[in-house]
Amino acid sequence: MRKLPLNTPTPAHSARGLAGHSAHHDSAWKHVSGQARYIDDLPMPEALLHAAVGHSEQAHARILSMDLEAVRACPGVVAVITAKEVPGHLDIGPVFPGDPVLADNIVEHIGQPIFAVAATSHEAARKAARLAKVEYEPLDAVVTVEQALEKQLFVRPSHTQQRGEPDKALAEAPNRLKGEQHVGGQEHFYLEGQACLVEPTEDGGMFVHTSSQHPSEVQKLVAEVLGLPIHEVQAEVRRMGGGFGGKETQAAPLACVAALLAHATRRPVRYRLSRADDMVQTGKRHDFYNTYDIGFDDDGLIRGADLMVAGRCGYSPDLSDAIVDRAMFHADNAYYLDQARVVGHRCKTHTVSNTAFRGFGGPQGMMIIEQAMDDIARHLGRDPLDIRKLNLYRPGRDTTHYGQTVEQHVLAELMETLETSSDYRQRRAEITAYNRTSPVLKRGLALTPVKFGISFTAKHLNQAGALVHIYTDGSIVVNHGGTEMGQGLYIKVAQVVASAFQVDLERVKVSATRTDKVSNTSPTAASSGSDLNGMAALDACEKILDGLVDFASKHWATPAEDITFSDNQVIIGGLAVPWETFIQTAYMNRIPLWSSGFYATPKIHYDPETGTGRPFLYYANGAACSEVVVDTLTGEYRVMRTDILHDVGRSLNPEIDIGQIEGGFVQGMGWLTTEELVYSDEGRLLTTGPATYKIPAVSDCPPDLRVALLPQSPNREATVFHSKAVGEPPLMLGIAVWSALRDAVASLTDYRFSPPLDTPATPERVLGAVTAGQHWLAQQKETA
Amino acid sequence: MIEFLLNGQMEKVDQVDPNLSILEWLRTKMRLTGTKEGCASGDCGACTVITGTPDRDGNIQYEAINSCISLLGSLHGKELITVDAFQQEPGHPVQRAMMEKYGAQCGFCTPGIVMSLIALHAHKEGMDPNDHQLLEALSGNLCRCTGYRPIIDAGRQALVQEWTPEPSHPAASLCGTSANPELAGIPGGSVSSGTTDGLRYDAPATLAELRELRRNFPESRLVAGSTDLALEITQQLKTLPHLISVERVDELKGCAQEGDELVIGAAATYQQFRGPLSKLWPAFDPMVERLGSLQIRNRGTLGGNIANASPIGDMPPPLIALGATLVLDGPEGERRLPLEDFFHGYKQTDLKAGEFVHSVRVPVPAANEQLYIYKISKRLDDDISAVLGAFRLTVDNGVVADCRLAFGGMAATPARAHKAEAALKGQPWNEASVAAAITALASDFSPLTDVRASAAYRLQVAGNLLRRALLASDANTSEPLMVTDYA
Repeated sequence: MRKLPLNTPTPAHSARGLAGHSAHHDSAWKHVSGQARYIDDLPMPEALLHAAVGHSEQAHARILSMDLEAVRACPGVVAVITAKEVPGHLDIGPVFPGDPVLADNIVEHIGQPIFAVAATSHEAARKAARLAKVEYEPLDAVVTVEQALEKQLFVRPSHTQQRGEPDKALAEAPNRLKGEQHVGGQEHFYLEGQACLVEPTEDGGMFVHTSSQHPSEVQKLVAEVLGLPIHEVQAEVRRMGGGFGGKETQAAPLACVAALLAHATRRPVRYRLSRADDMVQTGKRHDFYNTYDIGFDDDGLIRGADLMVAGRCGYSPDLSDAIVDRAMFHADNAYYLDQARVVGHRCKTHTVSNTAFRGFGGPQGMMIIEQAMDDIARHLGRDPLDIRKLNLYRPGRDTTHYGQTVEQHVLAELMETLETSSDYRQRRAEITAYNRTSPVLKRGLALTPVKFGISFTAKHLNQAGALVHIYTDGSIVVNHGGTEMGQGLYIKVAQVVASAFQVDLERVKVSATRTDKVSNTSPTAASSGSDLNGMAALDACEKILDGLVDFASKHWATPAEDITFSDNQVIIGGLAVPWETFIQTAYMNRIPLWSSGFYATPKIHYDPETGTGRPFLYYANGAACSEVVVDTLTGEYRVMRTDILHDVGRSLNPEIDIGQIEGGFVQGMGWLTTEELVYSDEGRLLTTGPATYKIPAVSDCPPDLRVALLPQSPNREATVFHSKAVGEPPLMLGIAVWSALRDAVASLTDYRFSPPLDTPATPERVLGAVTAGQHWLAQQKETA
Repeated sequence: MIEFLLNGQMEKVDQVDPNLSILEWLRTKMRLTGTKEGCASGDCGACTVITGTPDRDGNIQYEAINSCISLLGSLHGKELITVDAFQQEPGHPVQRAMMEKYGAQCGFCTPGIVMSLIALHAHKEGMDPNDHQLLEALSGNLCRCTGYRPIIDAGRQALVQEWTPEPSHPAASLCGTSANPELAGIPGGSVSSGTTDGLRYDAPATLAELRELRRNFPESRLVAGSTDLALEITQQLKTLPHLISVERVDELKGCAQEGDELVIGAAATYQQFRGPLSKLWPAFDPMVERLGSLQIRNRGTLGGNIANASPIGDMPPPLIALGATLVLDGPEGERRLPLEDFFHGYKQTDLKAGEFVHSVRVPVPAANEQLYIYKISKRLDDDISAVLGAFRLTVDNGVVADCRLAFGGMAATPARAHKAEAALKGQPWNEASVAAAITALASDFSPLTDVRASAAYRLQVAGNLLRRALLASDANTSEPLMVTDYA
């Protein structure tokens, strides 16, 4: 049997658009001409109804009565349903129970759906849903992480990872610092709000068009709420207008509501959320309260660490167990903690159930150790970059607090390279000089690394399937379990397939993700899309190739090792057969031209009992150097320059990867700077739209942004063409901006005081840090 | 009935629901779904379309607007150009550049970004396109995927390329080579339309007609650019029974100097009055650039910003600082009052039944008068102010001869800081006097804590803005004082 040209670079003369080359997003023209269809753009089926829900106005209460007469009487209303009208499962919790599709008796957050309406227009449904008269008996509501910690209210048990004897190490360390931080949450703000279109089938099942990262879960939950076997429900995702984790579990409740209404009316139902409803009703990134207690020597080398991360999970578990786990796995970021304890709490609050968001808890965990790095540096009077470099994992100091060995030491060299290419030392000197004389504006600089573990920490999710079909004209369709949300997964998988057959990319099309093509798929999440689905597609190609080579060997009486695929041809000994002729011949000779493929990530395991294992196949790495300018009168700031060097292994598509890096960085910067979720004391979200919730706008993009991929850095693991995952890791590059803001403020105290700066670091919080620095200075003068 | 051109084709719409937005009409009535709804509040730009409005000379002014908060009725006599006009490959240079620079990822915001850039491209003749204009053109378009760098690069590339469409191209009129005769054929004058269930939309063409309508329908609501009013429809789901648009009343759209006053009509848009006003008082220019987005400034009007009576409207504080006069009109005729007397309380004004804002009279600068306007918000682009400080100072020989300090975001209305003014007047213009004025500010105002800022931050920043003005007035200072000045 022949071996695939797997993991070999693309030949010099080759087909166009293969893996390793930049190729446009498969929908690029459709995007720029408005012809790409999202759920709300699909042609309207006959007799279409529109859904809306009425939601709880109390954070925690018992429903005493619900009068829906005015809702039913509203013009255009066709059906109104409550929890009592759910024929199958009421609970649609994705991993653990706790999420009723419609609240029954008890409500646990403001915005929780309590009944659903189907009407003849979107507007009619929304207007009607506001007319219910609901009587509540208020119950005690817990809103913040601190309140939940005080009451020991958790959605899942707390968990500890420990290595060695941290208490002893802390007690014996020459220096010891303690600190705390509040890290804000984040609204996904995908530009396309949650949406689905559900059509009843002739068999009493449902066909679901959904904007979801997890069509298999949508399929399963719709089947469960209707009490149907899974095969009666199929789900399709062509594309999402952004996901970022917000459509991993949060799309399913809409599909379930729409399916229930479709079931009740026997009519197709479309359900899309207005922006305000989307922001109120769907989960967000967890905000965290973190603490550190760190011991270190006089060089700043960490001897021991005791870290605590506590996430606001909201009212139900959703994915919070794994999210807080990932925060714990990343509380070390890139640093060897030596003797270490990491404790993670999953706090229950009467707020919306927080959910996956790019980084999945990892960013919030990293924030505590990055704060500590800055604080250690200020304490010792050192440049924070030196402390960060000193503490990096390196051979001999390469075991994490959960027992995984860091095998690929990429960051030391990567950071050195970035330090040089960004002129870090020279700019550091210039900035320090500038800050001495500038009366109002102060500049700050920071270079921070990211090390991010790649694999789902829920082991069973690390599997994928694909289908590859070659048609008789040589054109190819690939279908896989991954979903397209703008990240370019479809084009990357198409490039993998084109590379496997060495044909032009235009010959390969990726079709919409559907549960009746590839079943039991994992969510497109954890940055795993191309790692998993690329490998599954490659497996399918390999199976087809095996059959084709076998056929060609016999048909042309040529040894298999003399048969190669190159530049849209099959080279058979001395004969070059054009691809389409070859495929036609294979078809006429009854050779299978399609196959399924499968992939399961090797090597990974984790034991939650002991808190040890190898949860990740490998780590993705990167670093960012950001420079900011801060107004010490107002706290306003701008990011003036950012240099990024990021490790994507051997890139499948460099331009697409750079897009992920830049977009991730800006999204991470937004999370830590202007994006502020404000809740009232009663648990009501007050920032319910883009007028009050400010994601980065065009002027927030650093005017000088230099992004590069780490060259010659193939993944040492056998991933698809030795690439590395790129979806989530760059988000955490935004931490450089936050650290640079602290650096600018620290200049007020000649870098002796490390100012507290909770996130998001809005101008108000930055001015608060400035004021804290000024107070510290005044105190120093008093004591002097 | 209203008449307009949609991508070159005449559309005549009868029984216009005054609550119907252009976006809703496009997507649900026409099933033209290229234009997206991202927020329905004019904050994200996914719904951006281009309108072409004939000016008094018959030239068509093409502008990017938010179709989600613009009313269908406002289209009478205009051209509407949507992304659907650009479905033929190879497309507009903007589309090519967006592809070549990888400017789209999920693609949902992309049609709006393409339309904003095409609108800018249509204006590139005679201008030297620079990054500043590019960023301004994109300030109202949110993208959550790319981080904007490739979009900026695409804009740079497209702006130096020509677009030469076939005359039959649905958006060929953007090139100004083929003015559509059908547009000129649409009847001028007033417009009135209504639905069978009694909803009504009026757009009078003269002041006299407007007065008459206001007299007959004092319960009607006035609308200009609808950048705020439409939120009642799209966010609060209200049905507004009767809207009267001032958009077609030429007498309300002027912007010209009369003696020692600049008279700005209530229906003049931000983009229309920004130039003349900034020429007199340059401090307005950077502030107006951060007031909403370009799409908002193409529709929003001075009269709307004032009559809306929001405590965080950005135009009233500087106009109050300048001592501007407000001209009201109505069934009982015209009357004038100082702008600061117009605001009675939160969203309460001196407007009487049937009255409307006619114009604002802004004094021209006198000797030694300086104006400082500082806007503070979480985000630099398209954000509502936490605090806006506007200070008009007359400093003679280092002494504050006169001053008016007005703030937004510090009270239930835009308001002057009388105690702080008193603390400054007659005092040397120095740190000690400013410190005294800052102390006085705390007795002038008891601001609120809300989603934009805390009370403490508002007070601290309000005071620090006076410090900034002091530093800015120092002729010896060449160092930038604000992050927006820093390059």
